[in-house]
Amino acid sequence: MVLRGKAWKFGDGISTDHIAPGRLFHLRSNLPELAKHVMEDANPEFASKMEKGDFIVAGKNFGLGSSREHAPAIIKIAGVSAVLAKSFARIFFRNAINLGLPVLICDTDGIDEGDELEVDMSAGKIRDITKGMEIEFVPLPDIMVKILNDGGLLKHIEKHGGFGV
Amino acid sequence: MGKTIVEKIIGSHSDRELEAGQFTVADVDICLLQDGTGPLAVKRLQDIKMERAVRPERTVIFLDHASPSPRRELANDHSTLRAFSKKTGVCLSEVGEGVSHQIIAERYVNPGDLVVGADSHTCTAGAFGAFATGMGSTDVAVAIALGKTWLRVPESYLVRVTGEFQKAVYSKDLILHLIGTIGADGATYKALEFCGDAVERMGMPDRLTVSNMAVECGAKCGIFPSDDITRRYMEEMGRGDGFKEIVADSDARYEESIEIDLANLGPIISFPHTVDNTRPVEECRGIKIDQVSIGTCTNGRIEDFRIAAKILKGEERDRDTRLMITPASKAVYTRMVREGLLDIFLDAGAVINPPGCGPCVGVHQGILADGEKCLATQNRNFLGRMGNPDSKIFLSNPAVAAYTAIRGEISDPREVL
Ligand code: SF4
Repeated sequence: MVLRGKAWKFGDGISTDHIAPGRLFHLRSNLPELAKHVMEDANPEFASKMEKGDFIVAGKNFGLGSSREHAPAIIKIAGVSAVLAKSFARIFFRNAINLGLPVLICDTDGIDEGDELEVDMSAGKIRDITKGMEIEFVPLPDIMVKILNDGGLLKHIEKHGGFGV
Repeated sequence: MGKTIVEKIIGSHSDRELEAGQFTVADVDICLLQDGTGPLAVKRLQDIKMERAVRPERTVIFLDHASPSPRRELANDHSTLRAFSKKTGVCLSEVGEGVSHQIIAERYVNPGDLVVGADSHTCTAGAFGAFATGMGSTDVAVAIALGKTWLRVPESYLVRVTGEFQKAVYSKDLILHLIGTIGADGATYKALEFCGDAVERMGMPDRLTVSNMAVECGAKCGIFPSDDITRRYMEEMGRGDGFKEIVADSDARYEESIEIDLANLGPIISFPHTVDNTRPVEECRGIKIDQVSIGTCTNGRIEDFRIAAKILKGEERDRDTRLMITPASKAVYTRMVREGLLDIFLDAGAVINPPGCGPCVGVHQGILADGEKCLATQNRNFLGRMGNPDSKIFLSNPAVAAYTAIRGEISDPREVL
């Protein structure tokens, strides 16, 4: 699978409150509506200006905080093709894989806002076309690869009638 | 090679012995959902036609975050969860009962249990010597329906705490200090295991505060060995039968050791907008505060309110500072009433919120205005956490919070205790 799009750059410590603010709690059962506010407290323009296929590119500890799966869910619904970060908070990372949203651990320092990126999931490589450079990402553990390839945890469970590991 | 507590617990819930770094599919004892994450979990189970629970008597849905419901959409979410509970037989903790993590401590968790919850502070139950960790709605939905979850056994950091707590210093300061030292991602994917003479003397309420905040440095769980203090607490709660001793082997392997001496620890404040942005209280004096909030799953227990009441007795809040008191559970509320704490708080000019999460997550009961500053005893101060990204949240222990309410600015309770 090859993903293409533009980079939207964010800093360290983007919390689930930046991504899916608690004050919008009442929209949690209306994810398409909540998705219109995705990343609102980190960059209020992101939701209206991003295009399908774009990437979120961040620093350390992306997705820290609450367990709300609504955070990766609305990133996916908004059309973001993958999140690239130097590191991820544990629950967010797991939630993203469960939903089939690729989350890639890599050195994001060289990527700037607006760079054109291409991600080859099976080769484990990110190409920054604007800069003409290649970045490797850390491979996922086997179980997460299986879940992601099956299209998320629910599809994985349906396919195997339980945990297929 | 000896085993850490998490290696033992996850291993005993799997079909083989395990050590850190290995993956497994493990049996789950307790599952929890709350009103923010529950509706999505229910939807997931409906999507795959698995609306069922393997252990309904140990699966609990808590209506605690938006409780009582402040608006129609959230009232409808509560209805969804009530219907799911009726259909599957899982337990329902109604509006007014309190915050999930406090009730899990009061009524459900036993040492050695494996607990997963769709709430990041599920790690609170680690205070009992249980492996307890937060996950998302889909993971917990699957755990409810299959009775199992997949896990990677985490490496453990041993945190050795020695010495005595100084005046006006509590376990909240200990955990804020630890998070400030190692950073908000300092223990990502790791288990924190606490030991040392100070831990052996520490009461359950203090342990719960520490375990509660393990996730704020990225940890998967924050775990205490179970001992006589655990046993006595469980007996007081009327469920001493569930006690068993859970300890690490003396030759267990730890990835890192961290030493904390309480002799050098004073009250700590977390500055906006990250929990690890900590400073000693003496460096924060004079910051004007518009609202003080005492409560939550971190510091909403009777012991916390006794500390606050000691300072607030016969005093009044500053005229420019609102004071919110939110008991973590109905049991805590009842004791507040019986011990006369409610009178002290009301005389001091406090608002008493019903048991639950209160203003902690920005849904209701104390949302901040633009430019306002709040000092709260909760566990998080992220941008926008209390409902307004144009406000600032500081975190502290209950004594600092109570004294600050009287003074109207961040103040050091060592002056009056
Ligand atoms: S009190 Fe706050 S931190 Fe605790 S469960 Fe409720 S919202 Fe979460």
